[in-house]
Amino acid sequence: MENQYELKDGFLRVRIPKELDHHSAIGLRAETDMLIRTYHVRHLIFDFSGTEFMDSSGIGVIIGRCKNMNYSGGSVEAEHLNARIEKIFLVSGLNKIIKVHKN
Amino acid sequence: MENKNEITITFDSYSVNEGFARMAAAAFLTEFNPTLDEIEDVKTAISEAVTNAVIHGYEGTIGKVTLNFKRKGQEVEIIVEDHGKGIVDIEKAKQPFYTTKPELERSGMGFAFMEAFMDHVLVESKPDEGTRVTMTKKVGMREV
Repeated sequence: MENQYELKDGFLRVRIPKELDHHSAIGLRAETDMLIRTYHVRHLIFDFSGTEFMDSSGIGVIIGRCKNMNYSGGSVEAEHLNARIEKIFLVSGLNKIIKVHKN
Repeated sequence: MENKNEITITFDSYSVNEGFARMAAAAFLTEFNPTLDEIEDVKTAISEAVTNAVIHGYEGTIGKVTLNFKRKGQEVEIIVEDHGKGIVDIEKAKQPFYTTKPELERSGMGFAFMEAFMDHVLVESKPDEGTRVTMTKKVGMREV
């Protein structure tokens, strides 16, 4: 998982793995939260450029990070969604609670 | 070839097998001449059902999950069965955003996703006996 996380000036970019399910969500959540706390991250960006699959477990992780960042006055964004991930965002309503950058 | 086929797989409820179940579903579907979108829909639905068995059925303990794939013409029937703790109130469990495990950041959208991506979903469950989810979907029906 090299270069999965990129930190710069309060920004954290998280590269979502190829498949974001309950199994892969466990480590991703722990690592992301640890980085947010340690480096006082204010802007979180989820980069889906390498992601082909996401189910409702992935939605839980994203919503959870949104809640945490909202408490601390930070922002959360998502980018580089392929058509499938866009559909998952739409069906779950995730596109209404997180800012999605159009490619 | 007759358009009939059936495969049954039983595996331990380790979370790593969620991905295995998706791959098995995709492999079973290839004979249907499905669209990519149809494959992804079925993969998402089976991922939800298996994740439910792992998290809610067995609650982190290890038990057996059985997948049954059946082909009936252009319809696929998938059964996901566990012998875990079962569901007390099925109608409540199916409500979008309802979850018994908010502390695990469960979104409560598992059954909603199964229903969104499959044609039909039937949930049968008995407390302390287990849960069986039966899902069907017609695939590979597009005009060529």
